[in-house]
Amino acid sequence: MTFTSTNLARAHEIVAQYPKPKSAILPLAHLAQDQDGWLSPDAMREIAALVGETPAEVLGTCSFYTMFKRTPCGKYVVSVCTNVTCLILGGPEILEHLEARYAADADVHVEEVECPAACGNAPSMQVNYEFHEHLNPEIAAAIVDDYKSGVLTARGVSGGKA
Amino acid sequence: MSDKNAQREASAPDLVTITVDGNSVQVPRGELLIKAAQEHGTYIPRFCWHERMKPVGMCRMCLVQIEGVRGFPPACTTPVADGMVVNTLSDDVKTIQDGILELLLINHPLDCPVCDRGGECPLQDTTLAFGPGESRFTEEKRHWEKPIPISDLVLLDRERCIQCARCTRFADEIAGDPLITFNERAGHTEIATFPDEPFSSYFSGNTVQICPVGALTAKPYRFRARPWDLSAVETSCTTCSMHCRGALESSSNRLVRLLGIDSEPVNHGWLCDKGRYGYEALHHEDRVHHPMIRRGGELVACTWPEALDVAADGLRAALADGGAASIAVLGGARGTNEDAYVWARFAKGVLRTDNVDAQLGDGLPATVALGLPHATIADLDTARAIVVLGADLKEEVPVLYLRARRAAVELGVPLIEINAAATGLTEYAVAGLTYAPGEQAETVAAFVGALAGTPSGNDAADAAAAALSGRTGPIVVVVGRANLAEHADATVAAIAHLAELDDPRFLVALRRSNVRGALELGLTPGFLPGRVALADGRDWYEEMWGAVPDAVGMDALGILDAAASGGIGALVLLGADLLADCPDADLAARGIAGAKFTIAVDTFITKSNRDASVFLPVTGWGEQDGTVTNLEGRVQRVARKVSPDGTAMPDWRIAAELALRLREDFDLATAEEVQDEIARVAPAFAGVDAALLRRARDGAVLPLADHADELVLGRLSIPITAASWEPIAPGADLDEADAPDAPDAPATEGATPDAETPDGQTPDAETGVDAAESEPASEPVPSGPEMPALYEWEGGVPTPSRPARDAYALRLVSSRVLYDGGVMTGATPSFASLVGPVELHLNPYDRDRIGVADGARVRVTSSRGGLDLVVRADPGVPAGTAGLAWNLPGSAASGLIDATAPVTDLRVESIR
Amino acid sequence: MSATETRLVTTRLRERPEDSWTFDGARASGAYESLEQALGMSPESIGAEQVAASGLRGRGGAGFPAATKWSFLAPDSYPRYLVVNADEGEPSTFKDRMLLELDPHAIIEGIAIAAFAVGCHLAFIYVRGEFALGYERLTDAVRDAREKGFLGSNIQGSGFDLEVVVHRGAGAYICGEESALIESLEGERGMPRIKPPFPAVAGLYAKPTVVNNVETLATLPHIIAMGGERYAELGVNKSTGTRIFSLSGHVKRPGNYEVELGITFRDLIFSPELGGGTPSGRPVKFFIPGGASSQWLTGSDEHLDAPLDMDYVQQTFGVMLGSGAVMVYDDTVNPALVAWRLAKFFAHESCGKCTPCREGAGWIEKVLYRISHGEGRPNDLDLLFSVGNSISPGVLNAPFTQTTICPLGPSTVSSVASLHKYFRDEVIAMCSNGRPSIPVIAS
Repeated sequence: MTFTSTNLARAHEIVAQYPKPKSAILPLAHLAQDQDGWLSPDAMREIAALVGETPAEVLGTCSFYTMFKRTPCGKYVVSVCTNVTCLILGGPEILEHLEARYAADADVHVEEVECPAACGNAPSMQVNYEFHEHLNPEIAAAIVDDYKSGVLTARGVSGGKA
Repeated sequence: MSDKNAQREASAPDLVTITVDGNSVQVPRGELLIKAAQEHGTYIPRFCWHERMKPVGMCRMCLVQIEGVRGFPPACTTPVADGMVVNTLSDDVKTIQDGILELLLINHPLDCPVCDRGGECPLQDTTLAFGPGESRFTEEKRHWEKPIPISDLVLLDRERCIQCARCTRFADEIAGDPLITFNERAGHTEIATFPDEPFSSYFSGNTVQICPVGALTAKPYRFRARPWDLSAVETSCTTCSMHCRGALESSSNRLVRLLGIDSEPVNHGWLCDKGRYGYEALHHEDRVHHPMIRRGGELVACTWPEALDVAADGLRAALADGGAASIAVLGGARGTNEDAYVWARFAKGVLRTDNVDAQLGDGLPATVALGLPHATIADLDTARAIVVLGADLKEEVPVLYLRARRAAVELGVPLIEINAAATGLTEYAVAGLTYAPGEQAETVAAFVGALAGTPSGNDAADAAAAALSGRTGPIVVVVGRANLAEHADATVAAIAHLAELDDPRFLVALRRSNVRGALELGLTPGFLPGRVALADGRDWYEEMWGAVPDAVGMDALGILDAAASGGIGALVLLGADLLADCPDADLAARGIAGAKFTIAVDTFITKSNRDASVFLPVTGWGEQDGTVTNLEGRVQRVARKVSPDGTAMPDWRIAAELALRLREDFDLATAEEVQDEIARVAPAFAGVDAALLRRARDGAVLPLADHADELVLGRLSIPITAASWEPIAPGADLDEADAPDAPDAPATEGATPDAETPDGQTPDAETGVDAAESEPASEPVPSGPEMPALYEWEGGVPTPSRPARDAYALRLVSSRVLYDGGVMTGATPSFASLVGPVELHLNPYDRDRIGVADGARVRVTSSRGGLDLVVRADPGVPAGTAGLAWNLPGSAASGLIDATAPVTDLRVESIR
Repeated sequence: MSATETRLVTTRLRERPEDSWTFDGARASGAYESLEQALGMSPESIGAEQVAASGLRGRGGAGFPAATKWSFLAPDSYPRYLVVNADEGEPSTFKDRMLLELDPHAIIEGIAIAAFAVGCHLAFIYVRGEFALGYERLTDAVRDAREKGFLGSNIQGSGFDLEVVVHRGAGAYICGEESALIESLEGERGMPRIKPPFPAVAGLYAKPTVVNNVETLATLPHIIAMGGERYAELGVNKSTGTRIFSLSGHVKRPGNYEVELGITFRDLIFSPELGGGTPSGRPVKFFIPGGASSQWLTGSDEHLDAPLDMDYVQQTFGVMLGSGAVMVYDDTVNPALVAWRLAKFFAHESCGKCTPCREGAGWIEKVLYRISHGEGRPNDLDLLFSVGNSISPGVLNAPFTQTTICPLGPSTVSSVASLHKYFRDEVIAMCSNGRPSIPVIAS
């Protein structure tokens, strides 16, 4: 991968925001992941060059954070909460349903996640980090399908607007 | 010296009193509790803490109780404070130690029987001493593919890893090579490299040594021995001129491992990989084990008496034929001080030739190397600034690079680099002055001028001057031979400018192992042993030896030139591989061919010595006792660990045998007797006799009179707990029990360390001073000439000519790389894959101008010759210059260089 | 009288649901008026007088007095940084996310006041990575505030400069710990640092740094507006003012409620205007009073009638109000299952730095899994407790200690300790019978 010229310009702006370039690793990794859908070794190499660190250091940092997907994972990241509120309100059942339903769908990556802070309307999930709450397995599947058919879209914000 | 004492008192640590397990002890304020306790005999268990690295407090093994402090602070992150009362033995602490060890072991594979660390494993030992007797963990342990290579030398077993971060911190903090990292998180945390970017650090072996488990293993040692079968001696590594201290271990008369010893003044416990694994060369199948003489055009094995007689006859014939001036001795920088001295005595006192040179045209004049005001390595830490004039320390003297890097990064000493191309230290320099070959002296002059307040018009020079403002201390200049394609005069002229600075001290970083010792001991034209100019020492040495050369002789290039024209009747090659090491390969080849009779004194047959008339095999490092002198002038011992497979002899003994055949009996039976003679006759070595060297923990810096207060005598009382993972103190009680009992073992060598240190003696610096002052080793000579003064450089260098620049030519920068085409590297199987490709490095601008892509072949032509090379763009090479590694196999840079020319200009053309 | 909300921080977002996050909407409801007022005050007096008098304590979890935290900043050492902890990740806590999405200008106003008070000119907001909407609204709000002269140079002609960088995390609970957050902000793995030095002395880029929670900062404009002393009249004892509680689980009306400190858990859970009781009408079996890290309380009167007073619950029951999350479980819930899921969470989120947490959390998770899934062994609870003691020695005897650098280690043991304290017999029975027992209520 290589940053598109727009994103490369944005990357330089991001680096310049910080007193030390290394701080930009996370935002740059978000930028790369928003562009490519995952964080490839090439992307990490390019980030390393942008912040003046070794690729190993970028890997060390990025691998600590669960949002960064270091293998290609499909267009739709479906994050289902099963933490202690969703646990008792149907989260695990939603997870099980979606995992089975999209097991063979390369576009949909269903993952179990820790509490995304939507317990007031549990159970919840995120699709590409957009919140969806008050779910049951059927509603959850319908929402994922809406993303697939383009009825719903996610914002994809790593590029930032600040 | 009184100045130094005053300084020492002023900086005497502020002591506080703490109580550890009921014992009240005085410790330096602010010292970490774990270290303070250890210094006073209380070992607090630990895994992640390492004395030479910043504490991280991760493993939680060193938790203790401190009165008035809630909870269990880690001893490794807690500085001592006055009145601190510490309990390391309470039931609560023991329960925690038990718990931490149980947790560390739940995922540890316990494959100890097949683990290199088994038997010397800190995790095993700590579990035995502090841990639970059983595990209650019944689940499946973590599994990973194992082992995986993380470099050509190091393998990683992630299942054994206990995540202490010693390796990653070493790579980042100490080596500056952050190529290994923690990957993933929580219970899945593992050590990893980036895909396709291995941990190719020159210092990777240190991570194996400090790993507290068997997670990192070294390919050269893996499965070669069980630790209980090993025995060790303390020695100095002679791969380069740093002389890092190490514990050399063998099993069944085979060297199997070298571990770094923590010598405060030298290596801080670290070794480079080339030094650590270079022992493999000793056991290479091509080692020559028996003397050989030429019969019917072939070298054939013979007995020592036969070979020595042939050699002596050849020398006698040359003397008779052309006189002393027709004999030359080249090399000797790879041996010990004893080798150098006895050869110098033989050449200069018996053969009376001054055509002797330990350098091969690839170094700096001895006047510079010996005569400049000297710095110690430790001076780097307190310098006003470090000025690196040439030599890529990372490639040439790797552990000196670590020391310079530490001074710059950790201690904030401004590092200024003046070089023709980027080096390993460039990224740590506060200012970098780049010069084109041929313009070295004027660039340095600009820098010196900027320091003196003269606007230089050179931004980097001004930045360098600014970095020094407000700082005090000496300016330590590290100088080497950075570019073999630029005449040494250029560097000498640059040095002359730097010598004008306020309190300059020089570290002459010539690479070849004992080059400093060889020069100090007279293996260089114009000098006699002990840093004495021939003219100054004539009377003294005539008294000591009976004879000295009549006149100053030729240096290596002069000798080769003379030999090429038939002027050398007998040439002795003391481990000198001229075709590999002399910058002018053409001259070297003609010289070798022109010498009428050649005596090779070496461990291997090389291209340079294969046509010798007689081959005398010598013992190598690890097979011979003695001393060596490092680049700061520190004399330290090297030790014999194994016996040679054949009948190889130490170099010095060969010289003594040849002298005997020329009717001169040196009466030297052991290396220690040689040391005593050196101390008696060689002024720079006054006082540095065998008795002192046996007891001086960190050796002795020359001249002793200036460094006596740095002596530390005696051995440490704290034994090594595990073989290696903690810093090993020099003089630690290494097992010398099964050091080989070679037939020629001197009687005095059998003494045990205990016998050498009288009971009840307190080994400390004070004793050292007293001993040095009260026991002058050199007896005053009753009558006759006075011992001559040490040589001091007088400057007065001819200004090198500055050759005009041809707009189409690129000026050659040929620097050394660590893994080279040398014989020893070639004989070390573990290095085979580490030797880099031969490539012509061009600035991207020049590469584009020539119109070729990376990897394309170009035709390179100089006044001396031409060759085809592969091109690589390298922004570290300034435009207008071309980089070609000096000593890679087949690089033939020396085929392009005219050693007498100021610079080497190249034509580079694409091959269509 | 049933307890009700006392709205300060949540006023705007409740009253202007249509545009509370926009500059115009926020400004129309008073945003930045307190900042304008503060810029006319002496910076020192904001912390030393107003905030100190308010008794405001950090809303992130530790409850440390805000003014005191500011006062620890190394004097005369610049630059210094303000870092906003918007990395809300404590399970069942969702108040900061609400503020980020619905009232970002309140946060920015609080940042500007705090930065002015402590003399900081560059602030970083570390937003939890998963909060895409919150990140967008916050970055928009920063842009708008800058355009309107409430950020940037010479704010409202006061001569005070402040730049704010919105920085997104990427999925690591531990980054809610302030030193781990700083590490993360420096581009490192989010591993907590050894303290000392504390961030106030050597924090971000080794400079003096104050780290404040989103809700803490969003409260500042109200303290300036009403005066610290009047703010302190709200609340109880040293728990002054209001707090937003995230109520979830078995309640009829889950959600965020801003209440005056000092009402009881019973008020919060059962008041018809707040939680409204359990949906099933079954009794509360236990509840987790301060986020996943806290030890638990039960449905006993003693526990339900305890006031929302940080010090009282800490001293009396060894629990904390923490992040202000209250999770309620009725008597159908198997406590071992909840404990297992929490252990799984902590095992997943351990940074891996300290041995006890890295290894112990995984082990506890494995044992709790088998207990909660019907494969428990008779001595498992004792084993758990013993392993827990290696992480958090004396965990049953508050104040407990810890063998780890940060509190994540002991947090792992909280649920184990709670099982031990309140459900010992039930868990032992479960280990023998292989299944949990759910009481049958005749109805």
